[in-house]
Amino acid sequence: MEHAEDAGVYQLTEDLAIVLSLDFFTPIVDDPYTFGQIAATNSLSDIYAMGGVPITAMNIICFPIKTMDISILQEVLRGGLDKMREAGVPLVGGHSVEDNEFKYGLSVTGTIHPQKIIYNKGARAGDKLILTKPLGTGIINTALKGGLADENSVAEAISCMSSLNKKAAELMTKVEVNACTDVTGFGLLGHACEMIKGEDVGMILYSSNIPILPGTEDYAMMGLIPAGTIRNRDYSLHMIRRSAGVTDERLLILFDAQTSGGLLISVPALQSQSLLEMLHREGVKEAAIIGEIVAQPKGIIAIT
Amino acid sequence: MITTVDAKGLSCPQPVLMTLDGIKKADENEILILVDTDTSKENVSRAAKSQGWQVKEVLEEGGGYRITISREG
Repeated sequence: MEHAEDAGVYQLTEDLAIVLSLDFFTPIVDDPYTFGQIAATNSLSDIYAMGGVPITAMNIICFPIKTMDISILQEVLRGGLDKMREAGVPLVGGHSVEDNEFKYGLSVTGTIHPQKIIYNKGARAGDKLILTKPLGTGIINTALKGGLADENSVAEAISCMSSLNKKAAELMTKVEVNACTDVTGFGLLGHACEMIKGEDVGMILYSSNIPILPGTEDYAMMGLIPAGTIRNRDYSLHMIRRSAGVTDERLLILFDAQTSGGLLISVPALQSQSLLEMLHREGVKEAAIIGEIVAQPKGIIAIT
Repeated sequence: MITTVDAKGLSCPQPVLMTLDGIKKADENEILILVDTDTSKENVSRAAKSQGWQVKEVLEEGGGYRITISREG
């Protein structure tokens, strides 16, 4: 692969390639079962983002066995396994090591037709951009860490982070999609920049159409913004032009480092409405058309 | 003496929580907050503004910042 992709692809035969990915991280929520679900959902996402079908998974576990109760690990693994079941992916093994800090995730293998791989590059002028999950998990997790997040925000963020991108991936492979990436650590704008960098296109985002989790704006105004989110902004700000109505906080939300975020799909305008309707019908309710790909100015994201 | 909140060496959201706490308890009209990252500087300034305070002065000092915030008006 010549540029940063969500997963590695290796072609086996003329009509079969494998897609490989691994991901693991430290707990972001207190409840171990929920953390297991989120970590597994996040690990599976890289395969979905390329239009692949995950077929097997293996556990990656770093656990402080001397200081943490083993029942916590069991609950995390149960959460992970339940998500793998939901995805229809069998757990075929894993590896654990002792570590001072608990970490969990999966190594996932999927399959894909070599001619049907969906890269994060390839968006064309005239495409519409669909985002399948709301933003704000990084900011809400920071508020949660500070004990300032309200129950509703946390519940919505957890539901968002533990929703598989399976349905969205299946549906996007039914239409002619030009590019896709999953929105994770670099935030929506970081991944969007990656989509157009070095390409012959630019992007317009409609700020008011972008779905945002409840409470995110308030927490952003209070300064509950993760360091990673601010780093994302400082790294890619030179590619961003924003209209006067887009506040500093709104911009930071669009750069917010997401855990297990949604798919950002670049789809020809003619098919965008039918894809959006299918997504809504199949339960991907927060999916929205949030922007478009334009010919000019190249390499720039204009936020209106 | 001005109330000082020393949040050096702490990562987000701790400096913000300490700032909010300092504002809640403040009798005087000014608080000095010490931080050592750009992220904390930005977030602490936001936290102050969200409580109706303003950033009066930011001084760079030894790789960190001395931020003076004051009650609005």
